[in-house]
Amino acid sequence: MSENGPIIEMCNVNKWYGNYRALRDINFTVNKGDKIVVCGPSGSGKPTMIRTLNWLEAHQEGDIIVDGVRLHDKMKDVDKVRMEVGLVFQHFNLFPHLTVLQNLMVAPMWVRGVPAAEIPEIAMKFLERVRFPEQAKKYPGQLSGGQQQRVAFARTLCMNPKVMLFDEPTSALDPEMVSEVLDTMVGLAEDGMTMDCVIHEMGFAKAVADRVIFMDAGEIIEENDPVSFFENPQNERTLNFLSQILQH
Amino acid sequence: MVAILFVLNIVLIGFLNFRFQAIIVWLQLLALFLTFFYGFDLDFSFIRKKVWFMVSQGVFTTLYVSAISIALAPMLAIVGAVAKLSSNGFAYAIASFYTSFFRGLPLLMQVYLIYLGLPQLGYVIDAVPAGILALPLCYGAYMTEIFRAGIQSIPKGQWEASRSMGFKFGLTMRRTILPQSLPLIIPPTGNQFIAMLKDSSLVSVIGVWELMFLARTLGNKTFQHMEMLITAAMIYWCLSMCLELIQSRIERHFRTKSH
Ligand SMILES: Nc1ncnc2c1ncn2[C@@H]1O[C@H](COP(=O)(O)OP(=O)(O)O)[C@@H](O)[C@H]1O
Repeated sequence: MSENGPIIEMCNVNKWYGNYRALRDINFTVNKGDKIVVCGPSGSGKPTMIRTLNWLEAHQEGDIIVDGVRLHDKMKDVDKVRMEVGLVFQHFNLFPHLTVLQNLMVAPMWVRGVPAAEIPEIAMKFLERVRFPEQAKKYPGQLSGGQQQRVAFARTLCMNPKVMLFDEPTSALDPEMVSEVLDTMVGLAEDGMTMDCVIHEMGFAKAVADRVIFMDAGEIIEENDPVSFFENPQNERTLNFLSQILQH
Repeated sequence: MVAILFVLNIVLIGFLNFRFQAIIVWLQLLALFLTFFYGFDLDFSFIRKKVWFMVSQGVFTTLYVSAISIALAPMLAIVGAVAKLSSNGFAYAIASFYTSFFRGLPLLMQVYLIYLGLPQLGYVIDAVPAGILALPLCYGAYMTEIFRAGIQSIPKGQWEASRSMGFKFGLTMRRTILPQSLPLIIPPTGNQFIAMLKDSSLVSVIGVWELMFLARTLGNKTFQHMEMLITAAMIYWCLSMCLELIQSRIERHFRTKSH
């Protein structure tokens, strides 16, 4: 695979929750190094799309190929994909019974099989990367939301993933904590991480994204570079959406 | 006179701090019970003569049967709970049939069914193994429900975080879900263990020489039933208190761990 080859490909992906069609004919490619921002009104299926990429939600039709592995019923393939794809959640989902440091150590230890002696060093390296080394011995319950989310970033980074997916990482945070988390994300982008983000901060999209994707009712309506997307939207629904969020 | 002492006692205890209050009231209630038993005019020399045999034979068998059951029941319970929560129809059906059946029949009947029923099918089974089979099967069914509730109380996000990092099912269970549900599972499980210890007395009906069996038989010859029953009762109580103590230790351990 070339330096900038595709890492995620979705071809005609459809997904239903019961009778409700949550994703409609999604076609979508992420190349290595891309920073993608997905936006759209609520109910449009953005988190659903992100979560099908490591099969926390199974899709029913079409192909999803991540790092050369096709996602289908075989759990072995799914686990292979999950090892390469890091997912950051809206509600952090840190392990409350483990300290910050232990939270970071689980993936290298139990999934990657890194030798035990090297693990604390790896964990501290990534804690420093999210600028949070002082509180390694605390439990997640003792941290603020923004701090927890940064720890969650570090936990995901410890898996050494090829892509990071972000499922609304700032929407459960108090407003004053949003910027510390966004700064961390910008830092990751500058380090060259491949990122696919569902996020409501359009400032982040303008600053960092290579491409912005607009979804509505389970469909991709528009996909463009940020300048054209914000200055010159092609579709009426995009225009509506932008005028609504930019009013605030 | 008694009434005055009683009131004075309560007033005095009222001045103490919580710890001493608890200890003194405990001791007083205990003393009250013991005088109650003294009133039965028991033959203590008879008790002294038999108590050693009761402990060496009876307590040993009771502990042996209970310990094996206590070890086996949680294993059954974990398997049962996982099966009951699974999306696999077979697993769910088998597990829910199991819990329904073994919670639905009296334990005494299960003991008889295993002891008398299995030989009908050609498996002759001794009394002790029959008891050891019946107890964990029954309590495993109750504990399946305890474990199921404990596992279900863990938020979905914990599963998602683990699975999304490539944890397989077993690893997620061992490292994420069970450690978090243990503080919820342990108190009712401790209850079950204590109940199991006492319900091991039911296997006396099939002639296992455990504490209850000896309590009923040792006094037969000389019609000294009361002596033996009260001795056995005290022994059961002491054993239960040991379990209570262990349980509260473990609970304290988990409380300090989760800050
Ligand atoms: N587990 C689920 N079961 C049934 N319907 C769901 C489930 N998750 C999401 N949906 C539905 O799918 C639609 C898209 O949801 P989601 O992907 O969360 O998009 P958004 O965050 O843009 O609202 C919503 O209308 C929601 O009601």
